[in-house]
Amino acid sequence: MNGFEVLEKEELAPGIKLLAVSAPLIVKKARAGQFIVVRVDEKGERFPLTLVDWSLDEGSVTVVFQEVGVSTKKLGMLKVGDHIMDVVGPLGNPAEIKNYGEIAVVGGGVGVAAAYPRIKALKEAGNRVTSIIGAKTSNLIIFEGEIGKLSDELHVSTDDGSKGFKGFTSTVLQNLLDQGRKFSYVFAVGPAPMMKAVAEVTRPHGIHTVVSLNPVMVDGTGMCGGCRVAVGGETKFACVDGPEFDAHLVDFNELLARLNTYVEQEQKAMCALKGR
Amino acid sequence: MRLKDGEERLRKTKVKARLIQRRMPKLSVEERIRGFNEVALGYTCEQAVTEAKRCLQCKEPKCVEGCPVEVNIPDFIKLISESKFEDAIKKIKEKNSLPAMCGRVCPQENQCMGRCILGKKGEPINIGALERFVADYELEKGVRVPNVAVSTGRKIAVVGSGPAGLTAAAELAKLGHKVTIFEALHSPGGVLSYGIPEFRLPKEIVEAEVNYVRLLGVELETDVIVGKTVTLEELFENGFDAVFVGTGAGLPSFLGVPGENLCGIYSANEFLIRVNLLKAYRFPEYDTPVKVGEKVVVVGGGNVAMDAARSALRLGAKVSVVYRRTEKELPARLEEVENAEKEGVQFLFLANPVRFIGGARGWVKQVECVRMRLGEPDASGRRRPIPVKDSSFLIDADTVIVAIGQKPNPLAVRSTKKIELTRHGTIVVNPETQETSMKGVYAGGDITAGDATVISAMGAAKKAAKAIHRYLMGTDR
Repeated sequence: MNGFEVLEKEELAPGIKLLAVSAPLIVKKARAGQFIVVRVDEKGERFPLTLVDWSLDEGSVTVVFQEVGVSTKKLGMLKVGDHIMDVVGPLGNPAEIKNYGEIAVVGGGVGVAAAYPRIKALKEAGNRVTSIIGAKTSNLIIFEGEIGKLSDELHVSTDDGSKGFKGFTSTVLQNLLDQGRKFSYVFAVGPAPMMKAVAEVTRPHGIHTVVSLNPVMVDGTGMCGGCRVAVGGETKFACVDGPEFDAHLVDFNELLARLNTYVEQEQKAMCALKGR
Repeated sequence: MRLKDGEERLRKTKVKARLIQRRMPKLSVEERIRGFNEVALGYTCEQAVTEAKRCLQCKEPKCVEGCPVEVNIPDFIKLISESKFEDAIKKIKEKNSLPAMCGRVCPQENQCMGRCILGKKGEPINIGALERFVADYELEKGVRVPNVAVSTGRKIAVVGSGPAGLTAAAELAKLGHKVTIFEALHSPGGVLSYGIPEFRLPKEIVEAEVNYVRLLGVELETDVIVGKTVTLEELFENGFDAVFVGTGAGLPSFLGVPGENLCGIYSANEFLIRVNLLKAYRFPEYDTPVKVGEKVVVVGGGNVAMDAARSALRLGAKVSVVYRRTEKELPARLEEVENAEKEGVQFLFLANPVRFIGGARGWVKQVECVRMRLGEPDASGRRRPIPVKDSSFLIDADTVIVAIGQKPNPLAVRSTKKIELTRHGTIVVNPETQETSMKGVYAGGDITAGDATVISAMGAAKKAAKAIHRYLMGTDR
C-alpha cells in the first residue's frame, strides 16, 4: 500500500515527460500494446497510460506523457523517489505482432512513444519497418534516436517544417504510397485527428491498418463503459476489446466528440490546481 | 402449525400496541438534497429497545428462514430488548461479518422482515434497523477482535473485495485459514464502495467493516487485477491452496439504440464510479469531473437507477426516471423509490427510449421515447412491456444515465480456459458447493448469479467458504 516508486524521470521535450515506475508484478506480464491505469494521489483521477518500455531486471515500467491536464501535471510534478499512489495493469489486449512483411508505423506527438514498443516487437518479428514520426515543431519530436535505430527507414515531419518534412505524418505516408511503395500493414498511434487522417490515406489502398485508441477511461477494467467506441457499427470498450482496432472501422468523429467531454471541467480543475 | 402458534401469540399481545413499528428517523428532504449525507439516521437506544420488545420470539421463526446468511434474528432482538447491545452484535456476527452494511442495504422487506408474523396483522419488526443499530453501536464503542480457530496452514486467495469476497474471506479466516484478498480497484468494498452512494451507505461504514475483516487476519491487496496482473493458475503456483472468485458484475449493458454514444450519456456504473469512488461530487477538490446538466434522464427502475437518480438530484439536476413497466413492477426497493419521490425525482412509467438525439458538439439533447403497454407475463413472471404504435415523444435531456443492468466481469475468467461459463458469461457452479469447473476454484455473487443483491452474494459466499473448508481439510485427512 506504499504506492509505486518513481525510479527514473526525464523531460524529453517541453511538457513531455518520461517516468520509470517500480511495478514488479505488472512488468512480468507487460506486452507491446498494453497500458496501465494510474491514480497519482488520494484525490486523483484514474487515467490510462500506454506502456512504452519495461525492464524485468529493474521491475519497472516506463510511461511517457504530455502535461495537458491536472492529472498529467500532477504526475509530472513527482520526483525520483516519490510514489504514485495506484498503478494497475497491464490492461488491454496485447498488440497483434507477427511478420506482415513490409510495414509502416506512424506516430504523432506523444504517441510516438507509444509507437516505440510496437516497432520494437514488429521488428523482432521480422518485419521491414518504415517509421514515420511527427510533431508540431522540432523540439517536440521524441524518441527519434531509439526509433531510428530500430527502423529500416525513418521519416520525420513537423507541422511548421522546423525539422524534416513540413506537414503531417499522414501526408508523408500518402507521398510514399504515391511513389508506389507497398505496405501490407500500417499501424498508427497519436492524436485522434492524425489517426483518422492515416485511416483515410490507407483506405483506398485497402491496406490493413490498425490504430491504438486512447478514449476517456475511468476504471480500465471494463466496468464503466466510458471508453466505448463505435467500431464497424458495433459499440466496443477500448479497455477490454482494444485498445487496438481496425482503423477503417472506427467512427473517428464520434471518438473526437467524446474526447472533448470534459473540456470545461479540465479548465476549472487547472485553475483549482494553480490555486492549491 | 407454526402459523397457528404465532397467531395465538398475536392475540394474547394485541393490547401491547405491538403492531406499530418504530420508524427510523430520517434527514429532512431539504437537508438531504443539499449533500450526500446519510438519509436514514438510525435508532436511538430507546427506540431500538422499544422496537425489539415488539418481537414475538417465535419458537420457529420465519424471519431466519428468509435470511440468506441465517442470522439468529430472534436471539439478537431479545438481547437488544434487554439492552445487551454488545451481546446482540456478537450474536449477529456469528453468522454475518458485515452487519452495518446489511442493516442498511439488504432488502429486508423481501427477506427476514417480509416473513415476520407481526406483518400479517400489523407492521413487521424493523429487523434491518435493529441490526444496523447494534452494528453502529459496536463501531462507536470500538470493535472487539474476535477469536479465530487455530491456524490450519492453508492459504486461500479471494478475488474481489465486494460483499461476496469479504464474506468468504471472513468465514475462512474464522476457520483458521490464511486469506489474501486481491482487489482490482484502488479501494476495497466492490459495489459497496463504487456503486452504492454515500447517502445510502457511508464509505466510513464500508471502511469499518472491511477493517473488521482485516482484524480477522485477512490480508488485502488493492491494485491487483486477477486475470491481468496475475492469473488464476499463478495463484496456485504461488502457494494458494484454493481460490474464491467474487469478481461481481462488470460490463454495463446499454440499450443498443441510435445515438447512445453521444457525449453526456453515461452508464450508471460510470456515473456512480465517478461520483462515489472518485468523489466527483467534490470536484474540483477531487480531480475527477462528472458532467450533470440541468435535466437528467435515468433509464431503468432498479436500485442502481434510484441511486443514480438521487445522486444526480443532489448534484443540482432536475431528474426523471424512465421505466418501461409501471410503478408496481419497479425492481427497486420500495423505500428507495419513496425516498427518490420525496426528494423530487419524477417518474415516467410505461416509456422506453428508442433514440438519443444530439445537439451541438456531439452532446445529447433529447431522448425519443415510445409509450409501452403491459402484455402477458414473461419468463420472469412480470408482464412483458410492448411498444405502442406511433406513440413516440421527445424529452429534453442534458445528461442521460443508462441503468439497465450489467454483465459479469470478464477479466478474471477470460484469462483461463479451465472455467466453464454460461452463455451469459457467468461462471457455472455446483449449486450445493459453489465449486467451479476448475479444481480448487469456487465462486459466488454476481459473477455466478448475474445482477442480484448484496445479501444473496453473501449467502453464496458463505456456502462456498464451507465447501472450501471441507475441500481443504478433507484432503488433509
